Amino acid sequence: MSKHEYAFYPGCSSQKGASASNYLTSVEAMCKTLDVKLTEIPDWNCCGASIGYAEAGELPRHVLNARNFALSEQNLPGQEIVATCAACWLGARETRERLTHSDTLMADTREALKEAGLTINEMPEIRHMVEVLIEDLGFEEMAKHVVRPLEGMKIAGYVGCQTNRPFGVAGESFENPVYLDKMVEMVGAEPIPEYEQKVTCCGGALAFSEPEKAQAQIKDIVESAYDHGAEMIVTPCPLCQANVEIYQGQINKRYGTKFDIPVMYYSQLMVVAYGGDAKAAALNGQVIKARRLEEIAAKPVKR
Amino acid sequence: MADIKVAAYICKGCGLGERLDTDALVKVAQKDGKVPLAKSHDFLCNADGVAMIRNDIANEGVTHVMIGACSRRAKTEAFFFPENAVARANLREGVIWIRPDTEEARETTQEMAEDYIRMGCAEVKAMTAPGGNANTGSSKTLLVVGGGVTGMTTAIEASKTGYPVVLVEKSGALGGWAGKLYKRVPVHEPYKSPMDTGVADLASQVMGDSNIKLYLNATVAKTDGAPGRFVVDIATESGATHTEDIGAIVQATGFTLYDMNKLPELGGGQSPNVVDQAGLEALATAAAAGDGVIRRPSDGQPVKSVVFVQCAGQRDTTGQHLSYCSGFCCNASIKQAMYFKDANPAVDTTIIYTDLRTPGNGEDFYRSAQEKGVVFTKGRVAQVLPNGATSTVKFHDLILDDADAAMADVDLVVLATGQVANSGVNIETLTKPQVEGQEGEPQAAATVEVKPISILNLSYRQGPDVPQLKQGFTDSHFICFPYETRRTGIYTAGPVRRPMDIAQAREDATGAALKAIQALENAELGRAAHPRSGDLSFPKVRLEGCTQCKRCTVECPFGAIDEDEKRFPVFNESRCRRCGTCMGACPVRVISFENYSVNTVGAQIKAVDIPDEFSEKPRILILACENDAYPALDMAGMNRNEYSAFVRIIPIRCLGSVNTIWITDALNAGYDGVMLMGCKSGDEYQCHFVKGSELGRVRMSKIDDTLKTLNLESERVRDLEVAITDIQRVPEMIDKYAAELVAVGPSPFKGF
Amino acid sequence: MSANTAVAAKYRNNFLKEIEEQVEMGDWVKMCMQCGVCSGSCPTNFQGAWEHPPQELFMMIRAGKREEVLTTSSMWNCTSCYNCIVRCPRKLPITHIMHGIAEYAHRLGMAPKLQPTRFFSGLFWKNATKTGRVNELKLSMGLYFKDGFVQGIKNGMAMQAVALGLVKAKRLNVMELFGGHKCKDQKGIQAMLKKAYEIERSRKTARIAG
Repeated sequence: MSKHEYAFYPGCSSQKGASASNYLTSVEAMCKTLDVKLTEIPDWNCCGASIGYAEAGELPRHVLNARNFALSEQNLPGQEIVATCAACWLGARETRERLTHSDTLMADTREALKEAGLTINEMPEIRHMVEVLIEDLGFEEMAKHVVRPLEGMKIAGYVGCQTNRPFGVAGESFENPVYLDKMVEMVGAEPIPEYEQKVTCCGGALAFSEPEKAQAQIKDIVESAYDHGAEMIVTPCPLCQANVEIYQGQINKRYGTKFDIPVMYYSQLMVVAYGGDAKAAALNGQVIKARRLEEIAAKPVKR
Repeated sequence: MADIKVAAYICKGCGLGERLDTDALVKVAQKDGKVPLAKSHDFLCNADGVAMIRNDIANEGVTHVMIGACSRRAKTEAFFFPENAVARANLREGVIWIRPDTEEARETTQEMAEDYIRMGCAEVKAMTAPGGNANTGSSKTLLVVGGGVTGMTTAIEASKTGYPVVLVEKSGALGGWAGKLYKRVPVHEPYKSPMDTGVADLASQVMGDSNIKLYLNATVAKTDGAPGRFVVDIATESGATHTEDIGAIVQATGFTLYDMNKLPELGGGQSPNVVDQAGLEALATAAAAGDGVIRRPSDGQPVKSVVFVQCAGQRDTTGQHLSYCSGFCCNASIKQAMYFKDANPAVDTTIIYTDLRTPGNGEDFYRSAQEKGVVFTKGRVAQVLPNGATSTVKFHDLILDDADAAMADVDLVVLATGQVANSGVNIETLTKPQVEGQEGEPQAAATVEVKPISILNLSYRQGPDVPQLKQGFTDSHFICFPYETRRTGIYTAGPVRRPMDIAQAREDATGAALKAIQALENAELGRAAHPRSGDLSFPKVRLEGCTQCKRCTVECPFGAIDEDEKRFPVFNESRCRRCGTCMGACPVRVISFENYSVNTVGAQIKAVDIPDEFSEKPRILILACENDAYPALDMAGMNRNEYSAFVRIIPIRCLGSVNTIWITDALNAGYDGVMLMGCKSGDEYQCHFVKGSELGRVRMSKIDDTLKTLNLESERVRDLEVAITDIQRVPEMIDKYAAELVAVGPSPFKGF
Repeated sequence: MSANTAVAAKYRNNFLKEIEEQVEMGDWVKMCMQCGVCSGSCPTNFQGAWEHPPQELFMMIRAGKREEVLTTSSMWNCTSCYNCIVRCPRKLPITHIMHGIAEYAHRLGMAPKLQPTRFFSGLFWKNATKTGRVNELKLSMGLYFKDGFVQGIKNGMAMQAVALGLVKAKRLNVMELFGGHKCKDQKGIQAMLKKAYEIERSRKTARIAG
């Protein structure tokens, strides 16, 4: 039996063939090394994300998240829910807060859930994967498994918005969270603590609906990483990853820049540092290839 | 002066023994200082060292003590010899701590120390131990003028402390402005709703206190005397006058609301449905006595919408109205808006403000009003147009930048007009015609109404009321001595001093009561009030030399000096703060203190050894204010901030005490330059004696004439503003000046 | 009587009250102290995208500027970055209020018709709730074709390189167009959401009636 067991809420973007499928692959490998057992909540549904607001209203949005809580409670009783996606975590956690603070909302939610034959008795804890890593395992435990330090790599830790605000990781500042830099250091690479765009918004859903506005922000995020000498950006959020990575070509066209910087998940760095190969780290999932990382992943592990 | 015996003591502790040749210093004291007894000690401030001095005083007949050790600001308890004249040569903070510990610097450092020993010996010989004067008043009664919250609080606090109080109130009832309020701004958790004013409780405390003698319908007809011995005539309604012996006075005469009739564009005086804050309180009080509904004055209809106009006639930049913020009115309007909302949430209440100022827990009160549905609109009201029973309020919405925003059909408009101090006669206008366009507040003099009626009717030479600074508020040293006025033993508290609310006024009242008690106790002992607390010296005048020029009586910042029938100065010493401005002003130098005089400083100036012009060792005299500049220099020493070894520093009580003869003497003696270090003067003054540095500067501005007579460059004298925080800056100023003087070249007076 | 005229009749001149009762977190609007930190913290306002930044919207609500508030495209520029929320000294849930006002304007049919984020927001919700899970390809296609077939092709072409990169990285599956990921209990989800809408609608209508 694993030391750490959680009900897992992967979210839509993590599914096979979806935009963050590489995230899921690397998380699975990472968890294997760390002996963390994730059990997927059966038949989980979309969190509604922040962008659904025009149609969602208040109650339907919370009901959507509450269905996942109910399924988790029914199938994985007593386990905390862990999400890898920032938006899933935020949406679920917000629903948890609101339902906890409003009896009316809770009653209404139960009434709606009844239609799907479900109910909630206990409110689950909603955790982000990085919370699990930092709080339940700790940096020391994470560092123990590093067998292939990413020496000589300079990596900008791009935290973004939704793992950071409004809830954030306990003990971190909204304006300058440092956990991601510490994780970069933990895998043996060099962080850039003065990277001033670390909590800048990537534009979120506006990257789809109003690309020019989002891309103006993405440009700042990437440019600053270059200015600080980074060869790679790392992030804990799927939408941040996608937005910052995949539009670099369009931004180059729009602004005449020559951006070509890989954007990775923390889990990918950890898998490589833990001795995993390119496949386990899902390095093939990069639109902008992380060549240095691929080279390191190809090297034999020094034991 | 035949029976004085001077002893000099040189300390070797704190590194003095290692850095200086203390044996040589002992010899300097003997040879140049001409003291019969000179000793050094390894650790002068310890019990053994102090016992040595005490023993010499007791058994060797030592009357005058010169201590060459640390700054006069250090070890004051150890070196406390009240029966003796004591001078201190500052060898530690003033010499070794501001000089590098290097072989090259050793010679100039030693010379510095030797000069300070010479200066200390010369100074102490010119001093006598102040004996004090027991011939001052001993009344312990406090007079409180004004029966509002401030006055009542002062009276109650003083009485609780055990001092009898005479309380004079001009109206027939206690309470003042607060007595007219329906409720007050909360001062307790949770700061959410208006609370009882507490005036009735205060009034009953006053009435029930046998230690407080209350005069209602009474005014102060005359105030004569000085702290500890004021004689106050109190005129009552019947025409009778009662005379009271008073030790100290607290003036708590409060404020008047700025007259809204001066604001016709805001509807002031144009409609009964436009009121000031006092008007609204009256409506709320009337409502509370009836059905609780606040009604429109014009027709008695319930008010359904009310607009509060903040800063009405305040923070004015046109010169027509008050230029300042009264501070209390934002909270007051919030409170008044709650009168409506608490009674009926359906009443539309809007507060139009430019900057809502609700410091401290006022923030909670503000938030509570928002929760209650009071609407806050950031805007500047341009016009209130009454039209029948309602008004239209036109304003510039500052968030939406809409210059034509308007609210129509407003039942009631409340103007927050602010406080005007009831400070009595502006004595400045009595002595000289009002000057337009004065520095700082160009229109200030014109905007504040001169109230012709004196409050204290002081028989002082300088005028019947306490001096004002600007905007009609009474003058005090705002930072260090807030309740102080420029009349010793007379304190102002509450809105007469600065605009404030009830909570602040009560705090003020308590502070002023304690300061007044301190003043009357000091007066009885013949001791000075701050900043020279406990000083027993007082000005002595050789009347036979006096030319009746009146400079001292005019200049004294505290109005301490009256004139007799023959126009000779009459010193009221318990009014005196010992700043020495009179001494600095006196052209014939007949005014002196036992421990500070033209001679004590002059002798030091002359005692310095001036090297010849070929030595390349210039000498710069620094006369440094003991309140700010001298501590700053000491702290520079503590921080080991180095400065030139060519300066010789003499602490002075105030720039105002600087007599021009010192400058002339110094330049004649061959000093290359003189630096005067005093506090900031003007409206934003920091002078501890309020006007001292300003008067000193006026005097020094004429020094150019002296320099011309001596055929010297104007660079030879430098007037500098130094604050106590200038710890880094002051050494830089010294070194910069020293460098400038090198360019000017050595004084031609050396060697004469 | 349209939804709009019904509420307008109920609240007459009191737009603040209307917002308080009809908009999610709307009762916070009155607590704004007009410091402007929200406006200064908003990334898209920084680009000048907001005709009326949050601070101004709050003031306009208090000033009763109903039409201007509900028809502006301003709050549709929200990226849900939550910067305003964490910085607001009065702790107003500004992001949620912005979403709430947008949702309300959308509900009343007053939101700007061609606002792309409004369109995308609705599209996303429908996409996600149809099967219980988001179909990224259909979502993108839906967005590109919002202005008609020809424009859709153009938009698609413009995004071709981006899409191709994702396909190569196995992060976009063309087969998603035909079926794709979905929840098993779609029926339950639909029933549950239907009920939630009913409850919410009845609560808001009760406020108008009350």
